[in-house]
Amino acid sequence: MGAIITLCILGILLLYLGLFKMNKALLPVALVGLLVALGFTLSAWNTDAAPLYNGMVVFDRYALSFSALCIVVTALILLLSKEYFRNISEHIAEYYCLIIFSLTGALLVNAYHNFAMLFVGIEIMSVALYILVGIRKSDFASNEAALKYFLMGAFSTGFLLFGITLMYGASGTFDLGALRNYVTSAETVSPLFYGGVLLMLCGLCFKVGVAPFHFWTPDVYDGAPILITSFMSTVVKIASFVGFLRLFSTALVPLDAFWTPVLLTIVIITLFVGNASALLQSSFKRMMAYSSISHAGYMLFAIVVIGENSVPSIFVYATAYALASVIAFAALILVKRMSGSDQFESFNGLAKRAPWLAFALTIAMLSLAGIPLTAGFIGKFMMFNNVMGSYNVTLLVLAAINAAVAVYYYLHVVVCMYFKNAEGAHAGHTTMMPAPINYKVVLGVAAVLTIVLGVYPDLLLVLFGG
Amino acid sequence: MNNLFILLLVPIVSAIVLCFVKNAGIAKWLALAASLLEIGLSVPFLCAFTPDASVQFEQGWTWIASLGIQFHIGIDGISLPLVLLTNGLVPLIVLSSFGKSYKGNFFALVSFMQAGLLLVFMALDGFTFYVGWEAALIPIYFICALWGGGDRIRINLKFFIYTFFGSLLMLVALVFLYNQGDTRSLEWDTLVALQLPESTQRWIFWAFFLAFAIKIPIFPFHTWQPDTYTHAPAAGTMLLAGIMLKMGVYGLIRWLLPIAPFGVLAYSNVIMVLCVIGIVYASVIAFKQQDAKRLVAYSSIAHVGLISAGVISWHEEGLQGAIIQMVNHGLSVVGLFFIIDILQERTGSRNLSDLGGLAHRMPRLAAMFLIILMGAVGLPLTNGFIGEFLLLKGLFDYNLWYAAVGGLTLILGAVYMLRFYQKAMLGPSQERYIVADIRGHEVAVLAVIVFFTLFLGVWPMAVLHLSEASVTNLLNQIKF
Repeated sequence: MGAIITLCILGILLLYLGLFKMNKALLPVALVGLLVALGFTLSAWNTDAAPLYNGMVVFDRYALSFSALCIVVTALILLLSKEYFRNISEHIAEYYCLIIFSLTGALLVNAYHNFAMLFVGIEIMSVALYILVGIRKSDFASNEAALKYFLMGAFSTGFLLFGITLMYGASGTFDLGALRNYVTSAETVSPLFYGGVLLMLCGLCFKVGVAPFHFWTPDVYDGAPILITSFMSTVVKIASFVGFLRLFSTALVPLDAFWTPVLLTIVIITLFVGNASALLQSSFKRMMAYSSISHAGYMLFAIVVIGENSVPSIFVYATAYALASVIAFAALILVKRMSGSDQFESFNGLAKRAPWLAFALTIAMLSLAGIPLTAGFIGKFMMFNNVMGSYNVTLLVLAAINAAVAVYYYLHVVVCMYFKNAEGAHAGHTTMMPAPINYKVVLGVAAVLTIVLGVYPDLLLVLFGG
Repeated sequence: MNNLFILLLVPIVSAIVLCFVKNAGIAKWLALAASLLEIGLSVPFLCAFTPDASVQFEQGWTWIASLGIQFHIGIDGISLPLVLLTNGLVPLIVLSSFGKSYKGNFFALVSFMQAGLLLVFMALDGFTFYVGWEAALIPIYFICALWGGGDRIRINLKFFIYTFFGSLLMLVALVFLYNQGDTRSLEWDTLVALQLPESTQRWIFWAFFLAFAIKIPIFPFHTWQPDTYTHAPAAGTMLLAGIMLKMGVYGLIRWLLPIAPFGVLAYSNVIMVLCVIGIVYASVIAFKQQDAKRLVAYSSIAHVGLISAGVISWHEEGLQGAIIQMVNHGLSVVGLFFIIDILQERTGSRNLSDLGGLAHRMPRLAAMFLIILMGAVGLPLTNGFIGEFLLLKGLFDYNLWYAAVGGLTLILGAVYMLRFYQKAMLGPSQERYIVADIRGHEVAVLAVIVFFTLFLGVWPMAVLHLSEASVTNLLNQIKF
């Protein structure tokens, strides 16, 4: 709870700093605040978790681990923001404050124990993002993205609320614990409840962006400023998954015969749609958007085959994915700053101009593709293992085919960096603008973590008990 | 000094150091020193190795405690020849690149690949094996795509995705096996003791087999191979053909046979037919090639077809022949590809119609070329003879007709190899070439290969006695 209060105060504090034009202090204050929030999160680790405030929130290890992940990833993204925001808007303080508020919402979604908190958390997280996506007021794409995101977000919230209502109508409660009792003890679960589950499923699938509810993702990810995209595709996505998983693992496991086939269909569609569309992209940013859809499909595996391994595997997968995404988007910012474009061609010859940047991006791409010795492989191994534990081989072979397809577009950027030479306007540049120190730190930390977790994943897995 | 992990550590450390070496002159000497250190460090293992069936120099640590995964390595009679082959060929490959001006990053990739290959040959845990399997693929992809020729981007992407798809199927099988049994484990011992039902073994067989068959490559999964070999830089081709394809054959022996014996039994006829088709088909195509590198690439498909057939034949002679022939094939293709590289460097072409009459101008090369060629063809008293003899014996015990058709490899091999020699070295001299004979590092590399070609031809027991007990044990261990 300390973390959420800290973040709320931090957000307001940042607004005041902006009011008094102390723009230089924004980043350090935000980082210190995140550090304090992280400290609060970790200090609660060994306490016995019980639902707080009349069963509104629960800070169990599950919530705490994902909260810590969200906070760390936000800190990495904020570190990249030092000069980035100044270039696109004069309202820098609002940026920081909105990101912090969105993070607060994410933490609530991680820890909810009552549908009211799930709804409030998702809304806090999303409303801040609607503004952030459209913050480049004069940019047409940014405005379009914000409007799309807002409409789709409102739409999915509607689904979510309908679902909550129906479930409430059947069971008479918002509380996850009471819902579980209802599902296990009621002689016949009311048809209303099933309707509610389906609507909740739709709403949550919208939020995590899996097919066929994914149509907003590419446009919104493409139109938003790159840093906001990276925030959306990591922190927001992870938090939505955590909420998704918590609902199904706490309350709905006994009904799995009902929702598993639905979710299974969604997973298979998502994998193929995400991968097939990513293959066709010529823009790196759009490719990342579609790849995030297919990764959402892999993460859904953990919910489809819900069990004791779901939480560790989704945690490892999410960590690997978040680290790789931060590297990818950081590299994209640097490349775009020089070439002005986010097409694959602007990566041509990057290995000669900026060997370390190219190396870090290669590690990120290999991790996303799930090659051994990177964190992404461990995540993939655990996911595959989950599926194998309770499902047939066919599903796994489908996943394997998709993984092989994904290699093509992840290697595309590696091919551009290493094997193609820059042409046209950039051919003359033999060196790139040196990356600012904060980029070097973030890229270095994320790349090293990707390798370390790939070689020694026990660092994360001990959190969940061996 | 019997710490097996040192053998993995040396190439990894040298790869990291070499990353930072910009100077081509320093880099090549450093890489040579590291690879010589590595082969030097392997010698004590050879001396301390007792040729019985046991796994020796074992080392195991818990790797991922919560998943029950071990880092487990060790050497037995089947892996030792391949470990020695890897460590022996890498210095030759490094030395053969002395004429080029590669920077440190090239040699770093070679060293890193060496570590991956060694991990594959030493692994006694499925997870360790898979990590090594992929760790060897990344560097060779970069070597071929960065320094290769032709349409290198497209060709190598195909190579990468093709082989990666195969390894994903293997991963599916490994994950499946991991979930069988009482305790979750990927230890080799545990997997072998699983005794899966026959129907399960059948698909496990295909999942593993496809991964290995693509890597080897066995007809009809060979389509990536000629292009990749032809357009890779010389050192890359040597790594691919000399060492990397042995990963696949080794996988067949170490993992496929003991884990899915029923699968092998059920499909050995199919595989045998594929191998035999591959032998004849590749030999005929090799005969029609004008590009020398492509010719040797196709000859390699024919040779590994015979080796795989020997493995699948499931007789002691076949398996023993496969092991010694892997060593022989590694030596001879590295030699042949290096000779082609020398020819191309001196004359500017590796097209057989452009070459000719070089024997007069390059007598030393001509002599060494002939010996290595004879080894590849399988002439008695060269290394290839005993390998092919044992393989055909294994095939004969399996089925006379397969042996009869597979035996064509000896004749066809002689035909296309001698045609290669004749067109390149004999015939009317092409006056426009002013070429010098081989010297320095070129002589050194070829002399080592020639020495071992003759040495193993005269005394093949040097390899065979290492692996004999392990092979017998493997065959006895497989239960029905």
